[in-house]
Amino acid sequence: MVDLLLFAFFGGLAVICGIVMITQKHPIASALSLVGAMGSLAVLYLLLGAEFIAAAQLIVYAGAIMVLFLFVIMLLNAGAEPKPMRPSWIAVAVGIPAVLVMFAMLARLIASTVPMDSLVRFGGFTGGSAKDVGNAIFRQYLLPFEVISVLVLIAILGAVVLARKEMD
Amino acid sequence: MPPSLPNGVPLAAYLGLSAILFALGAAGFLIRKNLITVFMCIELMLNAVNLSFVAFSYHLKQVDGHLFSFFVMVVAAAEAAVGLAIILTVFKNRSTLLVDEVDSLKL
Amino acid sequence: MDFIVLSLLKTGLVAFVFLTALAYLQWIERKVIAHVQVRVGPNRVGPHGLLQPLTDTIKLLTKEDLIPSHVNKFFYLLAPIIGVSMALISISVIPFGPEIEIPFTGIKTYLGLTDLNIGVLVPLACSGIGVYAVALAGWSSNNKYALLGGLRASAQMISYELPMALSIAAPLLMYNTLDMRKIVEQQGAIKFGFVYSWGIFSYLGLPFVAFILFLICAFAETNRIPFDLPEAENELVAGFHTEYSSMKFASFFMAEYANMTTICCLATVLFLGGWYPPVEFPGVNYIPGLVFVFSGLMMLYHGTVNLVRARDKYTLPAFGIIFCGIGLAHFVPFLMPILVPLFWFLSKVLFLLFLYIWVRATLPRFRYDQLMHFAWGWMFPVSIGVLFATALLVAVWK
Repeated sequence: MVDLLLFAFFGGLAVICGIVMITQKHPIASALSLVGAMGSLAVLYLLLGAEFIAAAQLIVYAGAIMVLFLFVIMLLNAGAEPKPMRPSWIAVAVGIPAVLVMFAMLARLIASTVPMDSLVRFGGFTGGSAKDVGNAIFRQYLLPFEVISVLVLIAILGAVVLARKEMD
Repeated sequence: MPPSLPNGVPLAAYLGLSAILFALGAAGFLIRKNLITVFMCIELMLNAVNLSFVAFSYHLKQVDGHLFSFFVMVVAAAEAAVGLAIILTVFKNRSTLLVDEVDSLKL
Repeated sequence: MDFIVLSLLKTGLVAFVFLTALAYLQWIERKVIAHVQVRVGPNRVGPHGLLQPLTDTIKLLTKEDLIPSHVNKFFYLLAPIIGVSMALISISVIPFGPEIEIPFTGIKTYLGLTDLNIGVLVPLACSGIGVYAVALAGWSSNNKYALLGGLRASAQMISYELPMALSIAAPLLMYNTLDMRKIVEQQGAIKFGFVYSWGIFSYLGLPFVAFILFLICAFAETNRIPFDLPEAENELVAGFHTEYSSMKFASFFMAEYANMTTICCLATVLFLGGWYPPVEFPGVNYIPGLVFVFSGLMMLYHGTVNLVRARDKYTLPAFGIIFCGIGLAHFVPFLMPILVPLFWFLSKVLFLLFLYIWVRATLPRFRYDQLMHFAWGWMFPVSIGVLFATALLVAVWK
């Protein structure tokens, strides 16, 4: 019961934040609603027993990546977008039914592959602590981990090179 | 929905939420004009995928899904660093962030 | 049901004590700085200015709630809310003491609000989200000083978060857990027959270096002198909260003090052995009571027999009696297991807070480029070095 309430609240919050994010004109408003969506997803991760991922979501995604976005927005002093063009009636007439059909197909797919009686309860899975994740990273997934650290290194170098390049 | 509320959340609800968030991200990616906002829509899509990874991880009672979303986070961090640097460079060159105005390959 | 009632009671108690302590922390800060600078400090409201926090609170609450016309209203109001809530949340994962039995009820409970598997990560996450408060406040004020202050603050907090996380990671390698209560319990082991194995005493004193790094980062994270560039008053008026007044200003103020307190609690848990005393010998549990009784008796002596200043005639004896009472409470058998751990924990936290104030009264401010260079040029390599050295030691010894 509590599970359901929490899921409804934070899932709804995530969807609302997502909608606000793509409808707001100002990038800072979009960035903040994305942070809200990430925060509510972190709560859902906790409900799913993924403690470490929830903390990482808050620290890495909300605390570092999105701050970087906010920083760049402030640095470039990005203002609100100009009014969008009015969508053509063909786009509306084709797009909305297409989206509905896509969701119907998706619902059909989920319903056919995932049994409806498989319920998610808080505490049903406790293998997501920092210890378990760490064990998996450094035993089973050691090679991907090392590879991804090289990727991060390259990204750092790339970012420095790109941002320092003098333009005339 | 049965008359009495289930004692827990159906897994399908998590997957549906993930799908909705992904669709929102994709829609934003298509309709927004600001480079930074477009980039943020990609982040929303990545987050949606993470949610389904973690939900499947619960379903299968295995930690692997958490690892995937961990890797997705790391890739997102790397991507954000490089992407924002590119956006900075674009802004330096053209002093605009609107996708429509960054349309010539030649300076 | 018991659990919910008990948790609510504990939360209410901690919230009340924490908020009052925050108000009085400001009084302590003003008094200590005043005495360092050979001044008197606040002494008009109540004896020794003790009612000053109360009057300040009333003043800030009843002040006109001013919203400048040029601000971005929604974000302007959101920023202090984010700041103060993130600052107050992280106290909930700090363990204050061991498992105790509430007198006369037989109910056993832990001192502290909650114990999480990922306890240490929670304050880090909260401080990460807290950056938004500062950045948003600076941006939404539509004021160049505020914007500069906000940008400085967020850049500084992001830069120092990194060495801070690394200096936390070093002791975590020794403790092998993220659960704060387990971390403290591991430091309760006794070495050489009398020394508790506090974090800073173990592994050849290497964690002591991590502790110093952590303290430096803590100063920078909370935007305090010598790293208070975001609100450098001679350059930026008041930095990111230039446009804030009344209760909204007070929430930023409260957030700063709450962050200070939480980070001192974190340092105590990770490095200073939590609620354990430094050394173990028979009768160590009587020390807290004796300290209180002794200082109470001293106040009584100076307030009655050896009266130096006439205005202390009533205050010193009154406080002497209060201190004696607190001291005697430490000897009551059923209160002792509660009060003695709390005494050690709080005395360590208060010492660290005193250090904050002491540094504020002593050191000048960095220049901004020095601050950034210090973070990336010194703190970062040194904390990586400490992490490697600790990892090596742990690998060799375990």
